[in-house]
Amino acid sequence: MPGNLVSALTDLKEKEVLEIVQHRLNIGDNPISILDDARCAMETIGNRFASGEYFIPDLVYSGVILSEISDIVKPKLTGEAEIKRLGKVVFGTVAGDIHDIGKDIVVFMLDVNAFEVYDLGVDVPVQKFIEKIKESNAPIVGLSGFLTLAFDAMKETVEAIKAAGLRDKVKIMIGGGQIDEEVRKYTGADAYGRDAMAAVELAKGWLGLNRNPRQRAR
Amino acid sequence: MEKDIDKTQEQLKLWCSAPGIEFVSKEAEEAYKKRAKRIADAIQLKKPDRVPIVPMWEYFYARYSNVSCYDVLYNTEIARSAARKTIIELEPDAYQAPLFFNLGPLYDSLDLKELRWPGHGIVLDKGHQFVEDEYMKADEYEALINDPSDFMLRTYLPRVCGNLKAFEALSPFRDMFSYYTMYTPLASLGTEEGVEACRALLKTAEASLNYVKFLSSFDKEMSRLGFPAIFGGIALAPFDAIADTLRGTQGAILDMYRQPEVLKEACEKFVWILLDMAVSAAKISGGSIIFIPLHKGTASTPDGKGGFMSLKQFEEFYWPTLRKLMLRLIDVGLVPNLLIEGDYTSRLEIIKDVPRGTCIYHFEQVDIRKAKKILGNHVCIRGSVPIQLMCTSTPQEVKDYCKELIDVLGEGGGFIMDASCASEDAKPENVKAMIDFTKEYGVYK
Repeated sequence: MPGNLVSALTDLKEKEVLEIVQHRLNIGDNPISILDDARCAMETIGNRFASGEYFIPDLVYSGVILSEISDIVKPKLTGEAEIKRLGKVVFGTVAGDIHDIGKDIVVFMLDVNAFEVYDLGVDVPVQKFIEKIKESNAPIVGLSGFLTLAFDAMKETVEAIKAAGLRDKVKIMIGGGQIDEEVRKYTGADAYGRDAMAAVELAKGWLGLNRNPRQRAR
Repeated sequence: MEKDIDKTQEQLKLWCSAPGIEFVSKEAEEAYKKRAKRIADAIQLKKPDRVPIVPMWEYFYARYSNVSCYDVLYNTEIARSAARKTIIELEPDAYQAPLFFNLGPLYDSLDLKELRWPGHGIVLDKGHQFVEDEYMKADEYEALINDPSDFMLRTYLPRVCGNLKAFEALSPFRDMFSYYTMYTPLASLGTEEGVEACRALLKTAEASLNYVKFLSSFDKEMSRLGFPAIFGGIALAPFDAIADTLRGTQGAILDMYRQPEVLKEACEKFVWILLDMAVSAAKISGGSIIFIPLHKGTASTPDGKGGFMSLKQFEEFYWPTLRKLMLRLIDVGLVPNLLIEGDYTSRLEIIKDVPRGTCIYHFEQVDIRKAKKILGNHVCIRGSVPIQLMCTSTPQEVKDYCKELIDVLGEGGGFIMDASCASEDAKPENVKAMIDFTKEYGVYK
């Protein structure tokens, strides 16, 4: 008898996860409840990453297992599974930089934490950010960059957002290999995040949502 | 770990004696020997006359000389004069060869897919960038391990070089062991596509020869003027050889969970591939220091959180074969210079496990006090003015930071000044401030 999906996924037991999912579908379990369990596990995985127990490999592996679950479950779904989204985020690697590993992990973690992410890809021209902010009305923008050339590209993107009259409508976060407070000041962004969970925390904070109830109580 | 370091001493002594260099003047000869000795002393944890300064420059040569990255990639003379001007004007203790210059014709003739470069997906005034992908599939480890050369020739190259695609139709060259089996492997090169691929290869060979000639003549010119080249060869951490270029980050990560043993076996295989590569390069160049950039084994914070690997994964997948490679290099007197990207504060005790006075550890981010405390009497530390400071701050702020580095890391020797990574987007005045201040303040009394 297969075990608990939440704990199997949280512990990254790929084979066991897939067996449980298949079993639950076979016995006629509701596909939505399977996806809910998976989302619940992803939240714990995110917390483990934030606390230093898990690392990038764990996040990447959990992402791959999650998409395997989704491949099995999606065909069984009748109608769209409605996820209540917390808010919109426009995200991309800035102009001139084609690195996507970090950006993809952050986009993934924002997505599993119920944000609606518009992922503009890599080497994104400033105009594309502006168009997407206008079109989506997203209150949050994430700029990713790995190389030192991204410092100027981020600065230019922030300035262009300002010139388009959108600066007070959005909060801007930056992140990537070389990004620190020094660079944040240089670019004029509102905050920088060291990793994917920091991005989730920032986004939640800006929307007035606090992840940790104990923190809220303090 | 204690070890007989005679071989390192012997090799560095040879390097400092500048064999075979016809110097332009007596002054140039003195300057060269003084500079090389300064670095050799730092490596061996002796106190040099002052802290050596060896900046990692790459495309900074172009920025400093006001020429584009495209120009140095395609024009030998512009490349040469840009690098020459930078070195002569800023006078570092050693220079890093303009390794990425003059490679444009090679990229073109191969139609290289794993890079974008100026004029080819990158604006003209920025350097090349790597396009990571799963160039080797999860089920191809056996082919790689059994016959790496064959794997490169018939699987990897056709995937990453558009113009060598026809090589995927080749049969293995290992079949050519007798006069009656010698012809079949080559038959596919007789087709129209095969002939085109051979033409591309020929063109690449000519461009490669030009590239090698450029580097060796530049090295000769700089040596004659009194500037030693810092590196004699290059290698990678075996795990990175797989995770960077073959499997990609995600592929390698999945292998850590799904097929850990085969991944480790491939890392073992790469120990000797990389060792051979570095040792032959050092033989040709006469240099002693081997450049080894580290990528996918890092943590992202000083307490070891959040990076590409946990400490446990680092000890299982990354460090053992890297250490093995380093020890083999050290055995023949070569000096591994690790460029440690990310934050290794949490891994200092582990990477200390090498023979004393035989390596350079160039940190990108590290707690400098902890690094000095743990490694100071064991490994020469290089770095690490934050690149953020080099790109966005003023010369005064750079100098203030250098002062702290010299006070902490420079104490008693065993330290080489540099920025935290390649300075290609650094402000020239900040690079100059780092160099001049080190020469002035870094003198040992």
